Parts: sequence; C-alpha cells; structure tokens
Amino acid sequence: MTMVEPAIIIQGLTKRFQDFTAVDHLDLTINQGEIVGFIGPNGAGKSTTIRMLCGLLQPTEGQAFVAGFNVGRQPEAVREHIGYMSQKFSLYGDLTVRENLRFFGGLYRVPRHDRGERMAFAIAMAGLAGREDVLVRTLASGWKQRLALGCAILHRPPVLFLDEPTSGVEPEARRQFWDLIHELAAGGVTTLVSTHYMDEAEYCNRVALINRGKLVAIGSPSELRGHQLGGELFEMDCAPLGAALKVLTDVPGVEEAAIFGDKLHIVLSAGGITAGDLPGFLGARGIHADPPRRVTPSLEDVFVHLVSGSHETRGAF
Amino acid sequence: MNIRRVFAMAFKETLQVWRDPRSLAIALLMPVMQMVMLGYGVSLDIKHVPLCVYDQENSQESRAIVERFTAPGWFSISQTLVSEADLRNAMDRGECSMAIVIPVDFSRTLATTGSAPIQAIFDATDVNTTNIALGYAQGTVAQANAQTSAQWKAAHGVHPSPVGQVDVEPSTWFNETLDSRNFIIPGVVAVILALVGAQLTSLTISREWERGTMEQLISTPVTALEVMLGKLMPYFLIGLLDAAFCLVSAVYWFDVPFRGSLGTLFVTTVLFLIVVLGIGYLISVRIRSQLGASQIALLVTMLPTTLLSGYTFPIEQMPAPIQAITLIVYPRYYVTILRAIFLKGSSLPDLWAPLLGLFIFALIIIWLATRAFHKRLD
Ligand SMILES: Nc1ncnc2c1ncn2[C@@H]1O[C@H](COP(=O)(O)OP(=O)(O)OP(=O)(O)O)[C@@H](O)[C@H]1O
Ligand SMILES: [Mg+2]
Repeated sequence: MTMVEPAIIIQGLTKRFQDFTAVDHLDLTINQGEIVGFIGPNGAGKSTTIRMLCGLLQPTEGQAFVAGFNVGRQPEAVREHIGYMSQKFSLYGDLTVRENLRFFGGLYRVPRHDRGERMAFAIAMAGLAGREDVLVRTLASGWKQRLALGCAILHRPPVLFLDEPTSGVEPEARRQFWDLIHELAAGGVTTLVSTHYMDEAEYCNRVALINRGKLVAIGSPSELRGHQLGGELFEMDCAPLGAALKVLTDVPGVEEAAIFGDKLHIVLSAGGITAGDLPGFLGARGIHADPPRRVTPSLEDVFVHLVSGSHETRGAF
Repeated sequence: MNIRRVFAMAFKETLQVWRDPRSLAIALLMPVMQMVMLGYGVSLDIKHVPLCVYDQENSQESRAIVERFTAPGWFSISQTLVSEADLRNAMDRGECSMAIVIPVDFSRTLATTGSAPIQAIFDATDVNTTNIALGYAQGTVAQANAQTSAQWKAAHGVHPSPVGQVDVEPSTWFNETLDSRNFIIPGVVAVILALVGAQLTSLTISREWERGTMEQLISTPVTALEVMLGKLMPYFLIGLLDAAFCLVSAVYWFDVPFRGSLGTLFVTTVLFLIVVLGIGYLISVRIRSQLGASQIALLVTMLPTTLLSGYTFPIEQMPAPIQAITLIVYPRYYVTILRAIFLKGSSLPDLWAPLLGLFIFALIIIWLATRAFHKRLD
C-alpha cells in the first residue's frame, strides 16, 4: 500500500494585519477526497485562512502545503491545482455564462479538444442549459453560485476552496449545491468549504470550528456531537426566557444556558442542581417552567458551547 | 508567458469595453470632441479677433489706421471706446482680445515727424490668440510704416526717424501666423492621444477591484505579465484607431499638409502609445476605484500636456527652468515628432533626438509597468 499524501497541510499558520491577529497558529491536515467544513462566527478568520491557502495573502508565520506546494513560496504552482470560489461573487456580470466559462477555461489552459465537453458539463451542472448567452448579472444567486463552482472546476483541480458558497442561496438550491460537492468528492476532489449554516456542517466528513483565529475543535459531526458539552443537555419551555437565562447562569451545576429559538437549552453537570429541581427553582423566582426534556445535542449546541467557552460569543451563529 | 492566456484576457477585456458606455465614450467620442474643440479653438478664433478701438483723435488719418486693422478680416471691432475707464472695463470683461489706443495728437505728430506711436493692449489670458493677434498687429503696423515712410521720403527726400516703429521683421511674423494652424494641429493630435490613452487604461485594473472580480482573477494561474499584456492589447488597438482618426481629420478636415511617410508615423505612434497606455495602467494598478483612477489620470496628463508640451506655446519661449521641466513632459517629444513628420516630411534618422526622449520614457514605463501589478490581496 502506498502512502497517500494529505491534500492540505497547515502548520502554525498565522496572519496578522498590523497588530491584529486574524489567524492564530492554525494546525490542520486534510486528506485527499475529504470534505472539511470550516465553521466559525463572523470575523473568525475563515476567509483569511482560505486566502492564504490560495496564495492570495502571504502568511505572517507558519506554513501550509496545498497539493504538495508551499503556499507562501510557490503560489503559482498552488493556483494550478486549486479551484477557488471567493466569498463575494466574483464572476464577470457583464459577460454571458458562456463568455465567463470560456475566459476561465482560457486562463486555466483547458485543453482545446476537451473544452467544449467541460463547458457543457459546467453548464449542465449549474442548470443553465439554454441560458448560455444570458448576462451573468441577471442570474439569481443560486445559479450564479453554481456557475462560479463550474468556473472553478473547469480545469479539474484536485483541491477546492469554497468560501461561503451557499450564502444567500435558497435552501433547495443549497441542497443541490452540496450534492455537487459530494459528487466531486466521490471523484477524489478535496474540499475545504466555509459556511455559516449549521445544518451544512452535517454534510461534511469533518468539521473544523474556528473562533478568533484559533482552531477550537475538529472532528466528524458525530464525534463533535458525542462529547465536549461537559454535561447533559436539556431543553425546557419557560417564560420569560430572558429572566430564566439570567437566573440560571450563576447556579451551581448549570454549565451552560442558552436560548434556542423559543426554548432554553441547559447543560447540567453532575453534583449540582438536577433537572427535576429546575421548575421548582424557577417557579420560586416567578418564572413559569415546564419540566425539562433530555435532548441529543445538535452541532449548534456544541459550537455554542465551545465558542462561548473560549469567549463571549454566545449567539454568534 | 502563455499566449493563450494573454488572448483570453484580451478578448474578455474587449467584451467589457464594448459593453461599458463609459469606456466606449472615452475610446470613441472623446477624440472626436477634443479634435473639434481643440482643432477649431485654434483655427476659427484667428479669423475675427475681437478688437476694441479707443480713437482719441478721430481724424481721417486715425480712421485709416483702424481700417488697416479690420480690412483683412483678422480683427473685428467689438466696441468703440470713449474713455480710459471704458478701456479698462472692456479689457476686464474680456470683451476684446486686443485694444488699440490712438493718441489725440496722432495726425499732427505723423505730419511733423513722419512717425507716430499707437498703443496696442493685449488680453494675454489666451496665449495662443494673443501671439497670433500680436503678429497680425505688428504686421499691420509695419505695413503702414512702410507706406508712410515711402510717402515721407517722396515728400522730404529722407527717411523718417524710426520712433515708434515696430522692430520686428513683419514677413516672418506673417508666415508664422498664417501657418499656425498647420503648426498646432499636429500638436493637438499628440495631446488627444496622451489624454485618451491614459484615460482608457486607467479604468482597466481598477474596474476589477471595483467590481470585486479581482480576487477570482488572481486565484487563477494567469501571471501578472499576462494580465498586463492581455489588458493593454485592446486599448492599443483603440489607440491606433484614435490616432488614425485624428490624423485623417488633421489632413482632410483641417487641411494640414502631410509630407512625411506613414511608416515613420506608425513607428513613432506605437512608441508614444506604449508610454501613454502604460501611464494609465500604472495609475490603474494603484487606485482601486474607476472614478478615482480616471480623475488621477486626467490630473496627471491634462495640465502638463496642455501647458508644457509645446503644442500651442513654443517651448523655446518658456523661461529656462520651465524648459527644463518640459523634458519630463513626454508628449513634447511626440508633438515635435508629429510636427516634423507633417510639415517637414522628416524620417526616423532626422528625428533621433525626440525619438530618444520617447524611447527612454517607453523603457522606464515598461520597466515600471511589468513590476507594478502583484497577484496579492495584501
Ligand atoms: N485586509 C485586512 N486588513 C485588516 N483586517 C482584516 C483584513 N482582512 C480581514 N481582516 C480582519 O480579520 C478578521 C478575520 O476576517 P475574515 O474575513 O477572515 O473572517 P471570516 O471568518 O471570513 O468572517 P465572515 O464570516 O464574516 O466572512 C476580521 O476581523 C477582519 O476584520
Ligand atoms: Mg469570510
């Protein structure tokens, strides 16, 4: 059996803007064919990391290898082997679908004999058959994003960086987008994809949680769900929610309390207040509460826990 | 460098120019408008320079002198004045480019001494018109002098003393002024190319930043050199097209003789286009908004080009320090070259001096431009 090199190796990667550290000694290794989700609140440093991996920003410290090339020293070699979708849509709105594809095909030197077929594939994949000659700025965002993905994979890169590819896209179109990513991964393409949508983390092989430039957790969705809360999670209906939250934060045994929609999520550790005591405890303080139910933590619960543990970022997702 | 990527860039850029009203206007409309404005600016005003007359004597002789000014059609009397205050007002309000003042004892002095001074006052805000008006005025006076002098000699046997006579050889002034259009129009062509060229390319990189397309572009393997060449290629063709338009209208519309060879013209124009397009590109690389870049380009090219390129105001007549500054006003070389090609039929070897200037500029610009653009966000 031959050793397969990881597609992406990140070692102590750091980026400072003046004296602000946007990415802080990040370590991460991603294997070929993996889909890794990059999750974190606004300003966590996701885009900055991806830009360094694409050779668009020079790392201040540390190093990273993409498809075997050093991103700081061999950015052009890196660019031959990656496809990138930037966070802000950045195809040419004043060019048609076909003109955009032909342009990027030219820049990536897609072999001529193959060009027609690959463009047709990208058009079909984006669901734009029949609209090849439409100006791109007139497309709805779901189509735009899929076309951008089409442009990014024209040259069949082994590594894909997608920076919030589904933001502002309809749920239905988002699902289709993820189907595409899975098809590509099945073909051996390695993907690092950042997202704000918690449900999308479930589509990833592994999820990397990043906050304030630091890697907070990494693992498969089930691994992350399985531990790390530091107690058992309960869900409770109570009113008023805000007052309940305030009262509970200082109670021994309450590891964590957070508002989730119209309910309260509470993590209780052993040795403190018990779930059965909660309604009475709150009732004595003028807060009406139903008996709490045990629930399996969602990824969101885990992230809130991890991020709030590292800092005051509760509710940032 | 990969030629396919260069052509992909060039093709995309062409499509964008074609679909961008602002770029199209600069490429196609601006040269036409400037040719009309600048071209007619020099050639029409010269016909009827507004003249104010303050005739203090109002005698037959004084009226004869005024008649000499107006008869050929160079001057038109815009106002007849009756006081010093009138004169000052008329000049201040710019109602005339030139005023002549005929003293109250004009005919008496003329009769007793054979010569009499008259005063000519110029509004020098428009240097070009002033120069030409001055030429006409001196010519007119000299002609009058010659006639009076001849009459005086016939009557008195000797030449009159030359008090008040103009000491400029009238014929040279006359040639200069009559040729002024031929002299200036080639300069206008240079000015237009300098302005339009820099305007066009000033939009090219800044457009990518402004529209947010730069990040995607630099994530591809295209090199900085390929971006530069691909982007400049369409503007180079537009520049040649604009040059052809300007030259054709100079010859067929403004009737400037063309005595040189098209080959010489082509080679020198290519060299000049490299410089002007390169300057716009350098600005575009640094300024990340289209409006900002085009305004900087206008600022950088407009003033030096119109004032210091020698296209209206001869460089030889500028003060020495200003003359030294014009050495870095690159259009001056092309102005000189175009004039020589048009009027003298000069060939490349004759033009070695301004060509060298332009060549050095082209080298510097190419050197800077190939290093200016980096595929980095920071
Ligand atoms: N060029 C820059 N100069 C200075 N600060 C920057 C620069 N680019 C990013 N930052 C800062 O670095 C931090 C990380 O930004 P980054 O764009 O990587 O975050 P992100 O995780 O992608 O956030 P979002 O989810 O909002 O896209 C932010 O605080 C941002 O303001
Ligand atoms: Mg981002």
